Amino acid sequence: MTMKVLVPVKRVVDYNVKVRVAADGSGVETQGVKMSMNPFDEIAVEEAVRLREKGAAKEVVAVTIGAQAAQDVLRTAMAMGADRAILVRTDETLEPRAVANVLKAIATREEAGLICMGKQAIDDDMNATGQILAAKLGWPQGTFASAVTVADGRVEVAREIDGGTEVVSLTLPAVITADLRLNEPRYASLPNIMKARKKPLETIEIDSLGVDTASRLTVVSVAEPSERKEGVKVNSAAELVEKLKTEAKVI
Amino acid sequence: MTALVLVEVENGSVRQASRSAVAAAARFGTVDAIVFGDGAEAAAALPGVTRVLSVPGLVNDLAEPAADLLAARAKDYSHIVAAASATGKNILPRLAGLLDVQPIPDVVEIKDADTFVRPIYAGNALATVRSSDSIKVLTIRGSNFDPVAAEGGSAAIETVEAPASEKSVFVKVELSASDRPELESARVVISGGKGMKDAANFKLLEPIADKLNAAIGASRAAVDSGFAPNEMQVGQTGKIVAPELYIAVGLSGAIQHLAGMKDSRVIVAINADPEAPIFKVADYGIVGDLFEVLPELEKAL
Repeated sequence: MTMKVLVPVKRVVDYNVKVRVAADGSGVETQGVKMSMNPFDEIAVEEAVRLREKGAAKEVVAVTIGAQAAQDVLRTAMAMGADRAILVRTDETLEPRAVANVLKAIATREEAGLICMGKQAIDDDMNATGQILAAKLGWPQGTFASAVTVADGRVEVAREIDGGTEVVSLTLPAVITADLRLNEPRYASLPNIMKARKKPLETIEIDSLGVDTASRLTVVSVAEPSERKEGVKVNSAAELVEKLKTEAKVI
Repeated sequence: MTALVLVEVENGSVRQASRSAVAAAARFGTVDAIVFGDGAEAAAALPGVTRVLSVPGLVNDLAEPAADLLAARAKDYSHIVAAASATGKNILPRLAGLLDVQPIPDVVEIKDADTFVRPIYAGNALATVRSSDSIKVLTIRGSNFDPVAAEGGSAAIETVEAPASEKSVFVKVELSASDRPELESARVVISGGKGMKDAANFKLLEPIADKLNAAIGASRAAVDSGFAPNEMQVGQTGKIVAPELYIAVGLSGAIQHLAGMKDSRVIVAINADPEAPIFKVADYGIVGDLFEVLPELEKAL
């Protein structure tokens, strides 16, 4: 198998951080906040590495778009097993449409046979980049994947849907977006972290790709949601039912 | 302006989330609906729908032909809207890619025809965004818009041929059989967390759910541990619910879980740990062993 798997990864505020809205309402505070690879992207990296380990793919290439600091998620991807990495350098924050334009250029240049990525980033929660990218490439899509099987020039994807699970069979090349239950990503071992430092990391200036990265959305404001008030503790199930009936009037 | 709403029909009825999407779309002007597969009659009965595009040949909601068809029709519309369901989230961003517009997912409030509010960071912040695209592609959070009624309208139905799907083929679907209401539209939801300890114990929630006609949900930790199937997950990346009453049992209240239920009207938490974050959002809390509290609750109801 000669298939190359491209894995786009995103550097986001760590999932354990309780984000705070910036005082000027322009966004959330990211200064001095712990950053990590988007958890869904870790699952995508793991899946791509497993495909290579099973012999279904030849090479796993991680790609991210961002400032120099975004290199750290590429090193993490390589410590997990990606063979090499590409940083598309920009100081701008890109929307999914623009990200898809960049990734299309990279996928074309790399002649990727499969793109495996997280279903959503936990910062903007858009859940859109994979689908937009698939549309722009004219490739089929297997979103919210919980199982992936590559065989005979096709990929079969089990998808998490509202009522259960659906299975689709796609021609390759294709885009897959990973859901939570696809796999459990491995921890990068210390030797692998050391090895990852020596793996090739190419930096491309975003302007050299010549793609449209303009924003179509203007952020008017970012605000805190209204906080719920902490309620009361009750001592028994009977008291609870009484309060739900007479006070909350909900049952 | 005219909006086109992707309406999902299940077993002959329009899903509540789609009725909310129709209600939201009505703010933009007249509303057309599109139905993939059977069920155009149910969509035609929705008040406020002028015309229904029926695509009986497009079964199983495959994103590729669905997005192709929507893109071919898009020029007639100012807004293309769907529920923020698995189907809406699969198809609409692909459509946006074909139209080269930036989709606006999970809209919780419409300010005007161009300006929308949507949650980011698991609902820990609300972003107001203005779109400069000529066609707006958006998904609507059903829990934030009162649905239109299921009956009362009489829209014209126009049958449309389905485009071929060569690159993507439907293989099979496994739906979990349940007589309970859907999580997203249930008036009462009772959810179990890791504190349920194993899958068998989820049965303890059933008699209570029966008495309250509730849907049963689960935390991500419970789903990851194999206690409950994925379609039961409530949270940032699972189902978003806002029932009248949400009962959280043995779940700590991780940020990503709260993102999926904190707009519920009344929240009850049952947890052995008095410090569990779920108590911070609960209107009523019981600190105690769920294996003792649940039977008592069943008896008290």
